[in-house]
Amino acid sequence: MDYIPLLFGTIEVAVIFLFGCVGEIFYEKSGHLNLGIPGIVCVGGAGGVFGTFLMMNLNPDMPGFVVLLVAMLMSVVFSCALGGIYSFLTITFRCNQNVTGLALSIFGNGFTSFVLNQFILPRENASTLLSIAGQKIFCASLPFAKDLGFFGQVFLNHGFLVYFGLVVAILSSILLFRTKIGLNLRAVGEDPATADAVGIPVIKYKYIFNFLGAAIAGFAGTAYIMNYMNGIIGASVSADLEAFGWLSVALVIFTLWRPHLSILGSLIFGFLYIAPSYASVLFPGVTFTFYGKELLNLIPYVVTIVVLIITSIVGKKNVQAPAALGKPYFREDR
Amino acid sequence: MNTKTETKKAHNPFVRIVKRERLPFRVRIWFYVIAIFFGLLVTSTLVILSSSKDKNYMDFFAAMFSGAFGSERRFWIFVQDFSLLLGVSIALLPVFKMRFWNLGGNGQILIGAMVATIVMFYWGGKMPDPVLWILMFILASNAAAVWAVIPAIFRVFFKTNESLFTLMLNYIAMVLVKFLISFWYPTGSGAMKTIEVGGLPSLGEGKMGIALMCFTVVTIITVAVIIHLVYSKRGYEIAVIGESEKTAKYIGINVKWRTILTAFMSGAICGVVGVLLSGLINHTVSTTMDANMGFTGIMVDWLSRFDPSAIAPVAFLITLLNKGIGQVNTEFGFASQATNSVITGLIYFFVISVTFYTRYKVRFRSDIEEKMKKVTTPITNFFKRIFSRKKKEEVK
Repeated sequence: MDYIPLLFGTIEVAVIFLFGCVGEIFYEKSGHLNLGIPGIVCVGGAGGVFGTFLMMNLNPDMPGFVVLLVAMLMSVVFSCALGGIYSFLTITFRCNQNVTGLALSIFGNGFTSFVLNQFILPRENASTLLSIAGQKIFCASLPFAKDLGFFGQVFLNHGFLVYFGLVVAILSSILLFRTKIGLNLRAVGEDPATADAVGIPVIKYKYIFNFLGAAIAGFAGTAYIMNYMNGIIGASVSADLEAFGWLSVALVIFTLWRPHLSILGSLIFGFLYIAPSYASVLFPGVTFTFYGKELLNLIPYVVTIVVLIITSIVGKKNVQAPAALGKPYFREDR
Repeated sequence: MNTKTETKKAHNPFVRIVKRERLPFRVRIWFYVIAIFFGLLVTSTLVILSSSKDKNYMDFFAAMFSGAFGSERRFWIFVQDFSLLLGVSIALLPVFKMRFWNLGGNGQILIGAMVATIVMFYWGGKMPDPVLWILMFILASNAAAVWAVIPAIFRVFFKTNESLFTLMLNYIAMVLVKFLISFWYPTGSGAMKTIEVGGLPSLGEGKMGIALMCFTVVTIITVAVIIHLVYSKRGYEIAVIGESEKTAKYIGINVKWRTILTAFMSGAICGVVGVLLSGLINHTVSTTMDANMGFTGIMVDWLSRFDPSAIAPVAFLITLLNKGIGQVNTEFGFASQATNSVITGLIYFFVISVTFYTRYKVRFRSDIEEKMKKVTTPITNFFKRIFSRKKKEEVK
């Protein structure tokens, strides 16, 4: 079964997209086009690594769930701190969202590489401790999953974060489309003035769901470093995370602003992202040259563009972006 | 049910935000100066705290200054980088004036650099140099222009989201550059050797000549674009489209055509910057060559509020900041250049927040404001006495 590693990897990558995409959906549903998601993804990753290292450094035999919990907590703290800056500047200060987002991406990218290379990696045993944590804790799967044949090896052999991502996406969908809170939030994103007149606390909603979005998007970074890369921090880690962030922002349009559809969307993107590495498996008879393989890396970006074009051409009224997306809300501006 | 009809005291919020009248230019400048000051204060504190070396604020600001003007070589590199950033900012200015979010400056620069390198690689030394240079400029600027026009076409006909489209084109440009390098050097490490033939001429020796050449080319372009924007009918049309697309339609402007043409111009200028980068400065091409100038250019444009006359000073300041932080990195013992984006990012946050203070006023609850006045009035009076001559004469 040559396809098993490909499909397994697809799911691992898909989770990164899933977190980023669901986070951005919450932002966009509250009327904020956050181009800072790449920055938040980076910083979330730094937080996850920081939390893991903190615990592993304290005691390498720390119970796995404690390490996992602290890592996720630190990831939330880091990403919410950066997301908080964005929220404060765009909600309270009503600054331009695109520009703030770009500044956030620039900052987040640099900050992550700074924290990882300046503070964590130079420490003694840091990289070994992190890779041990990655393999034994973050990638720990059900012990019997490997014996369950094809299904078990592809779907049940993952670490905690993969299933957590799935649960987050489904819960987000329920929250957005099946509860009153979700209805209010969508109202805020479509027309904040009307929502305000109805009595929905617009600013409060925006803040809460911006923070929720930041927290979820931050897990994408942790999932990439600790789960997909098994705790190994490459030299280009922040650049890679940034690319994931941008693709997740684009994925939101593809999934029509619906978290449950983003599961499917991120699986497709995950497949496209990882497919070039498995080109020989996918096309058995074909031999790829060294430079030909480089060209295969174009696929996810080209597909994103095609998706953007198709969704804009066939755009129906009910699958458009929230109407107030990108516009700051000031109560007295009427 | 609670049927108490007791009159509830109206909620009086602690802070309110009130819109301001448009502030005069000289007042707004002071806001920005204060923001940059606070930004530098915060970043310098952070840098000093996280540095392993024993340094103080004076060292920080001395390093900031010497990064740009510390030696002759540094100065010319400063001029060169300033010119390039100015070129990118001025390229992106017209499209932003139209509210077309071209986040693809990086990609357009890379494509320009890549095409210029291809021309040098295949035809360098095989034809007279001047012909080669012209060929380089024409091909590279057109290729980069195409890179900008593709999203513009989809935006005007299908309303495709241009910011994400251009972002994806950035990555595609990066992959293409990687492909090209591995195509030329299949066994290499992904880096390219410099090309010895066919480079652009410089105006003098070494770094100085290169910097002056960049400066000259960019100045010509800048003047042309500013004239185009301020004095031509096309510039007027761009301004109208930016203010209101519907108004533009009603007064008979061909919005689609104007958008596409402006995107073409923007991409072409980015391409010229790419030619300078590969043909003049590096004689090679790499995926990181754009140095994120596409994003920095956006910041420059936005900070100057799309005012053509403010672009050059803002670009100057940002280059100064960048070069200064580079020097701080080496002097304060930071191994990675990542601190550069951390510090610039932080300062951007401060400067972005200024737009709030220029447009809104923060008012506290009246009783608190009374109390605060007791503290602030002597201070403001003190400053008024210093700054205004009239007051002084009255006192006399």
